[in-house]
Amino acid sequence: MIPSTSLRARADFDHLAVDDVSRHFGRRRAVARITFRADRGAILGLLGPNGAGKSTMLALLATLLRPTSGTIRYGAHVAGAHGAALRASIGVLGHDLFLYPELTARENLEFFAGLHGVVDRTAAATAALDAAGLADRGHDPVSSFSRGMRQRVALERALIHQPRLVLLDEPFTGLDDASAAALGRRLRDLRTSGAIVVLATHDLDLAEGLLDRAVFLRDGRMVHAVDRPDALRALYRDVMIRPAAGFSRTKGI
Amino acid sequence: MFGQIVWLILRKDFTIEVRSLEIAYTTLFFGISCVLVFAFALVQEGRAPEGGAAGILWIAIAFAGTLALGRTFERERQAETLRALLLAPAARPAIYVGKLLGIIVLLTAAEFVLVPLVALLFQAPLLAHPVWLALILLTGTIGFAAVGTLFAAMLVRARSRDVLLPVLLYPITVPVIIAGVRATGVLLAPDFDAGVLQVWVALIVSFDVVFLTLALWTFEPLMTD
Repeated sequence: MIPSTSLRARADFDHLAVDDVSRHFGRRRAVARITFRADRGAILGLLGPNGAGKSTMLALLATLLRPTSGTIRYGAHVAGAHGAALRASIGVLGHDLFLYPELTARENLEFFAGLHGVVDRTAAATAALDAAGLADRGHDPVSSFSRGMRQRVALERALIHQPRLVLLDEPFTGLDDASAAALGRRLRDLRTSGAIVVLATHDLDLAEGLLDRAVFLRDGRMVHAVDRPDALRALYRDVMIRPAAGFSRTKGI
Repeated sequence: MFGQIVWLILRKDFTIEVRSLEIAYTTLFFGISCVLVFAFALVQEGRAPEGGAAGILWIAIAFAGTLALGRTFERERQAETLRALLLAPAARPAIYVGKLLGIIVLLTAAEFVLVPLVALLFQAPLLAHPVWLALILLTGTIGFAAVGTLFAAMLVRARSRDVLLPVLLYPITVPVIIAGVRATGVLLAPDFDAGVLQVWVALIVSFDVVFLTLALWTFEPLMTD
């Protein structure tokens, strides 16, 4: 999993532990007292409606935000002390795609490969374009791509340095059925390769069957957690109509 | 690694700018318009007010620079690419230095057009001491851009960033701009005094050192939350 092509010191870890994490913006509480754990070779879903705190939670995991209270541990490491080394092991696909529309797909991929210290940027970009199914469009500017094609390039951008922890914010947005299925396969491959995948989504149909763990958020609070969830839509409906005070867990989270 | 990140960001910004020429055109258009308006207002019967050229030149640089700063970071905001830069496993000040160098290159290019234009319209011997002029412009541009780059990055997610940037930027960079005006004024004076000029340049360099140090020190914590 850890590439031999990276120049940077990387922090390796086999699990991610979020312990009683809260984050406030002034007086507004974005997330409060969140606790969960994600392991290698597993996909964890952060599920909840808009405004539930999913994106804030991902920003905290990505080290872009600091928790107001609580700790996030990446194996034996914590963000404050090992920021750069941790970021070398984290790949993020945001709701916005983090791509420069004026640059070609190849230029974008080579730029981000360089930022992450990948030595052979050309080879990494070629492999990423192949994985995205866009080998023949590498020299086209990203502004000429459809949303689905941009999404595929953005995913490969997030994975170009072969991160241990992969954070995905609404990755199915704007994808047609074929592209969504391809993304699902890519995520399963990541799981098989030993990555820790954390996926924030409210698209339950696409998340169905993909998640090893699901954490349900509402109004910034964790209201339910479950291992190997099935019948996600029914479970989600049940969890989200429950009174706010209740937190429950099933199958051992 | 620091240098590699700086170079990557600078080259990326340069590639995008060469392709779009958006910031170069708008900055130049704004700067030239500014000089022309002042020239029509102040030059009467072919005679420019004494020392006016120095002030007009620095006003044009400051206004055009503010526009360039805003547009440069607007580009990073549109697809949230600033977040992607912040996720790079490198010292975050490298991102600041990369963006800063891009702004300095852009403003230097604008100055290559603005200086001859001001010299022509205000009949000012700006090019009589080219080395001194280059030194004044370079140090002044570094000081202005050092503060501007930090504020523009900080304000990238603020809703009223277009208003806040000049409101915050001008009061802090006033010492650099005033020193730049006075140093340029010395160049235009009939009795050129190198000693006085050295004092003004030393003052600008002092501002540069203070602003750059503060910006490099505060960039990481300011951009983390």
